[in-house]
Amino acid sequence: MPKRTDLKKVLMIGSGPVIIGQGCEFDYSGSQACKALLEEGYEVVLINSNPATIMTDPVMAHRTYIEPIIAEIIEKIIARERPDAVLPTLGGQTGLNVAVFLAREGVYERYGVEVLGCDPEGISTAEDREEFKNAILEIGLRVPGSGIAHAVEEGMAVIEEIGLPVIIRPAFTLGGTGGSVAYNMEEAPALLERGLDASPVTEVLVEESVIGWKEIEYEVMRDCADNVVMITSMENVDAMGVHTGDSAVVAPAQTLTADDYARYVDFCKRIIRRIGVKGGGVNIQFAGDPESDDIVVIEVNPRLSRSSALASKATGFPIARVATKLAVGYTLDEVLNNVTGNTYTLQEPTVDYCVYKAARFTFEKFPRAERVINISMKSVGESMSIGRTFKEAFQKGLRSLEIGRYGFGADGKDPKELPDEHAVMQKLAVPNDQRIFYIRYAFKLGLNIEQVYDATKIDPWFLFNLEQLAEFEEEIKAAAGDGGIEAVPKELLLKAKSWGFSDRQLGYLCGCDEWAVRSRRKQLGLRPSYKLVDTCAGETDAQRPYFYSTYEQVDECRASEGKKVIILGGGPNRIGQGIEFDYCCVHAALTVRDEGYEAVMINCNPETVSTDYDTSDRLYFEPMTAEDVLNVVEAEKPYGVILQFGGQTPLNIAADLEANGVPVLGTSSRSIDIAEDRKLFKELLHELGLQQAPNGTATSYEGALALAEQIGYPVLVRPSYVLGGRAMEIVYDDEQLEHFMTEAVEASPERPVLVDKFLEDAVEVDVDAISDGRITVIGAIMEHIEEAGVHSGDSACVIPPQTLSKEICDEIAEQTRALSSALEVVGVMNVQYAVQNGQVYVLEVNPRASRTIPFVSKATGVPLASLATKTMLGHSLEELGLTKEVEIGHVAVKEAVFPFARFPGIDTQLGPEMKSTGEVMGIGPDFGMAFAKAQIAAGQHLPTEGTVFFSLAPGDKTPAAARVAGDFSEMGFRLCATEGTAAWLRDGGLECERVNKVREGRPHIVDRIINNEIALVINTPSGKNPRQDEIAIRSTSWARRIPIITTVRGAVAAVQAVRVLKEADLSVRTLQEYTIDTHGTVPSPRV
Amino acid sequence: MKGAIALEDGRVFEGESFGVEGKKAGEVVFNTSMTGYQEVLTDPSYKGQIVTMTYPLIGNYGVSPDDVESAGPKVEGFVVREYCPYPSNWRSTGSLGDYLVEHGIIAVSGIDTRALTKHIRTAGAMRAVIAAGEFDADNLIAEARSSPGLVGRDLVKEVTCEKSYEWEEGGNASPGAYHVVVYDFGVKWNILRCLSESGCHVTVVPAATRATEALSTTPDGILLSNGPGDPAGVPYVVEEVGELLGKKPVFGICLGHQLLALALGGKTYKLKFGHRGANHPVKELTSGKIDITCQNHGFCVDIESLDQREVEITHINLNDMTLEGMRHKELPVMSVQYHPEGSAGPRDARHLFGKFKEMMLGERERKDD
Repeated sequence: MPKRTDLKKVLMIGSGPVIIGQGCEFDYSGSQACKALLEEGYEVVLINSNPATIMTDPVMAHRTYIEPIIAEIIEKIIARERPDAVLPTLGGQTGLNVAVFLAREGVYERYGVEVLGCDPEGISTAEDREEFKNAILEIGLRVPGSGIAHAVEEGMAVIEEIGLPVIIRPAFTLGGTGGSVAYNMEEAPALLERGLDASPVTEVLVEESVIGWKEIEYEVMRDCADNVVMITSMENVDAMGVHTGDSAVVAPAQTLTADDYARYVDFCKRIIRRIGVKGGGVNIQFAGDPESDDIVVIEVNPRLSRSSALASKATGFPIARVATKLAVGYTLDEVLNNVTGNTYTLQEPTVDYCVYKAARFTFEKFPRAERVINISMKSVGESMSIGRTFKEAFQKGLRSLEIGRYGFGADGKDPKELPDEHAVMQKLAVPNDQRIFYIRYAFKLGLNIEQVYDATKIDPWFLFNLEQLAEFEEEIKAAAGDGGIEAVPKELLLKAKSWGFSDRQLGYLCGCDEWAVRSRRKQLGLRPSYKLVDTCAGETDAQRPYFYSTYEQVDECRASEGKKVIILGGGPNRIGQGIEFDYCCVHAALTVRDEGYEAVMINCNPETVSTDYDTSDRLYFEPMTAEDVLNVVEAEKPYGVILQFGGQTPLNIAADLEANGVPVLGTSSRSIDIAEDRKLFKELLHELGLQQAPNGTATSYEGALALAEQIGYPVLVRPSYVLGGRAMEIVYDDEQLEHFMTEAVEASPERPVLVDKFLEDAVEVDVDAISDGRITVIGAIMEHIEEAGVHSGDSACVIPPQTLSKEICDEIAEQTRALSSALEVVGVMNVQYAVQNGQVYVLEVNPRASRTIPFVSKATGVPLASLATKTMLGHSLEELGLTKEVEIGHVAVKEAVFPFARFPGIDTQLGPEMKSTGEVMGIGPDFGMAFAKAQIAAGQHLPTEGTVFFSLAPGDKTPAAARVAGDFSEMGFRLCATEGTAAWLRDGGLECERVNKVREGRPHIVDRIINNEIALVINTPSGKNPRQDEIAIRSTSWARRIPIITTVRGAVAAVQAVRVLKEADLSVRTLQEYTIDTHGTVPSPRV
Repeated sequence: MKGAIALEDGRVFEGESFGVEGKKAGEVVFNTSMTGYQEVLTDPSYKGQIVTMTYPLIGNYGVSPDDVESAGPKVEGFVVREYCPYPSNWRSTGSLGDYLVEHGIIAVSGIDTRALTKHIRTAGAMRAVIAAGEFDADNLIAEARSSPGLVGRDLVKEVTCEKSYEWEEGGNASPGAYHVVVYDFGVKWNILRCLSESGCHVTVVPAATRATEALSTTPDGILLSNGPGDPAGVPYVVEEVGELLGKKPVFGICLGHQLLALALGGKTYKLKFGHRGANHPVKELTSGKIDITCQNHGFCVDIESLDQREVEITHINLNDMTLEGMRHKELPVMSVQYHPEGSAGPRDARHLFGKFKEMMLGERERKDD
């Protein structure tokens, strides 16, 4: 069936900010969908609140709304745009939920809008627990037995029915609090009681336990003619009990017989037909008993998902693109497989390699969080790796994670002494982010596969492979003996490489550095060969050049003779380095191609647009280590390599690349070094006559102590060369400093610690600028909402600045130009300043793309990353038509989004260590509107009535804070506060109720928050060590989704937003309209 | 132990043995299924062939007596990228390597199977020798060149049953069940299981069984099974098939389909590298419905050679538009090139067994009238 011609205008719903469980994979799927719709000639309207996405680039749709993804706003957009249809299946759970809500509210009916992909009924069959259970039973399949209980007796009755063991899941608690597994009738009542207690509604779900079963997933697609294809199977390495987002995953499944496989396929077909997907894909999760043929259906997602992004990259099959085409009426036999270029999409992909996905955790950001993984997802990113064997893919996967490991141990990063068996067994039994390395220790201790299986339930097939690797280390060591790497025979070295051992590991095993291994390899002619990801296992001659490395006979590398530019991606997402950098890399690739060069992308993050099959001319899915990148450089021989856009990842290997003669485009690595090296940087500032907060570097506690004494507390301390404020802290006394020095030295042993005078109550400012080496143009000056001391990635910020004088802004621009010129920047740079008492201090300079580049680009309509790429290729800014800062008539606010709800009990206080996972943008005619929208988009539902709770640190009882309280009171809010703050407010003439602190007896403030008596919490930390009750207030507010503000400046902004929410109506406007206001024109969609 | 596969065009791929020592010639082909190596090994249609799996990790789930398509492996040799000696699956009764040794099969691992596959894809399926133990590569190439190849050869006689027997496994046959006579050209047991499970009483007869003899058992229908090699190699079967037409409903699968085409006056030809895998999209022309099918054939019926006044083209392969199914316009005769019984592969096309039953029902009703 051909595409539908009765549709003209389609509304796409995006997924909003990057949060745990909903990452940048939805930019990948959404961008592909936008492209597919544009390709078919539809008019595309898009809503997404996340400015860091490629999909919200004005060229990806006709009408782009960067607005909060809530029903009220979408209805406004529908009323304004009158689309024929809405496509909600590519925007993650956010898009799906809001789409269902709109259906229930009758919005589609009211405006005559059709839902494409999967109708709301199908969505609700998949999403509603009861409907889902019935649907699955109806088609002859099984879900885990379960029942709801409100009392212990009810729970016991359910257990009678489904048998033990059972999982007890309290309703409406986050992160699995109060949940447990009951194994016998004796312990069950107590565990039920505990669960019921933990649930605010005294309700638990009692569910048949399939913990320890195999977790198998399938990606399935169906068209409107009822044709169904399987895209791939996936097998979780971690057994049931670990969220699939946190589990290591392989594709395809490894331990299923053909008969097992066919049964799963048969089940998938029944399910997708029952759910009624009429044009799109679903993700289906099963649990399979490892000891029988029992299979239960766990979950069905009738939409594009994280797994489907992984499946797309794992097979080369562009699921999102195809899903979109199917949604508008095409059938699978009409959609060409763009990867092969000569088969249609109903040819199921078949692969001839193994794919390994590893999850990237950031527990180090949340030291108070329990370092375990379970059914609630905690990872913030992932890496994917490809090898011809599991062993190869697995080791590449571990070094792709950028956790300082270069493979499965044997890289000099393991503890000198093996942990004892007790410690190892404990780490094996309770899943955690380090477990994989403990499996190696287990084998080193002489434990066998059965023992490790019993503890971990990781399938023995995987364990066998891991054991082989652990044993092979010894073989290498023995072969090297005293002779080092030269003594290792070629065959053995080849085997090591084909099992994924990095040069770094081999160096460690042979007692030399990785460069010695590299030169020995070259001497022996051992280079990687590149194989194609072609969806067909070599059966047809595929056209899309998507490669991975392996060590085999035949190299399929298609490096051309043309002029090429390699762009280094950012690796797995983590806190501090996310989608913003991928956005920049994609722009670089597209621009490089526009400029007539071939773009070659290297990255290992499957969630990204940069690794999409049509972003670059050639894609290498490889770890971002010096070894792997150099191999590609040697195969491709590029004109230049772009390091500026991949965040800290490429900079970490910049020196190694330059030492190996790799031509770097743009700002030199010498300049990068000056900016990152405190001493050199200090000298530079001195030369330029710019001020810095007093500072110094220290390599020991004693040194740091002396410095602190000289500078005076509080001081800001941090390791050098880190991103996202890793281990950065404000330190108020000697004791804290000592504690920090142990932590920090651990965080980065080879680099010294930086000690800065902390500028209290300063306004922080971010500047993004672009330079061609001749002139420097300011992209934007961003004023932070939160004061200096809160990491710039966690602070809200606004363009244009709202409280800075013109003189200060001019001064900042002038300093930025001076720095750019001194560092000979070619490309983009980011500078952070603090403004205190009318004085401008330079905090830091990053001569690379910052995470605000996409925000600035969206706010000002200037594609900074693309222009920067052009300057790196030799264009002048004058040629490019950008010679002065663009001024905008609207206001744009960026707000951060935090993962606190995933880590129960941790302190949510903001500080110099970045904790946010994503961001949103609010745009409006004035600050109040823009900030209000940003808050809504970030999930902070600012109240328009109710009680505001104040608890201010002594230093925060300022006139500004008093005005905030006064404004709330004047708008009809009731005020309450703990003793000190209450007295202060009353002294200021405000009516204020006093509430108990936690230790003052009940009911206290936490009780009041739990009882939903507080609409807004304004709680500024009391400095130094947060008090226990402050932590309780903040974490309880987060868990209850009660908006909480932790800085006075934040409160000042919030009160303006609340006024807008009370008095004005939220209006919507497209990015294209704003761009026309600013520039007079807007680029047309890129087809 | 060293192992290698040497091709007639001089390419040699060396690896390690994980089967028995020895040397064997055959045509080298590749299969793109990601699971189902045991089904592939025991599929009699692979007689005369050395099979390489494009999926690189083989042996992962061991072997099981439930997953066989005949009494033992039929391939001449087996080539993989990485063999796993430590299987994991609750049904596994042993490792693949032990199984191959037990059945005297030569197997080689550590081969760049993707390179081998791409070579076959561009140069075509060709004669080869697989060896394990001591060998000289040049000699192997020479032996490959002097080996007989598949064209015109009768491989059916090597895999057909010696005498007829009743199929019992998975039996659902009740009184009044359809009686199907299966011509065994190297039948996959799953075809017999599917017939049995759908309630048929199954008698398997040797390939050389005369039509008159088969018809004398008063079957409701005749199934012409899959089998190895070139259909032109078994002219004696084609003759008998001709005799069966119009007498009883006939259902041909794979080689059975090709033999039927020959009996109907069509011609077959050799494909460059064949269709072997579990992901081939086939379109049924009347309904437009697409099934994802399991396939294993190196020869193919020439669509142009069929008399389309007599024969209707019912199915085509969407990848290369070759013939995948046909039926006689007057007589109760149908056939498909692919494997509706799956194994290893999807079960989309199992409905064809139902269709065969309908044909037999129609025939009974016609007789009753």
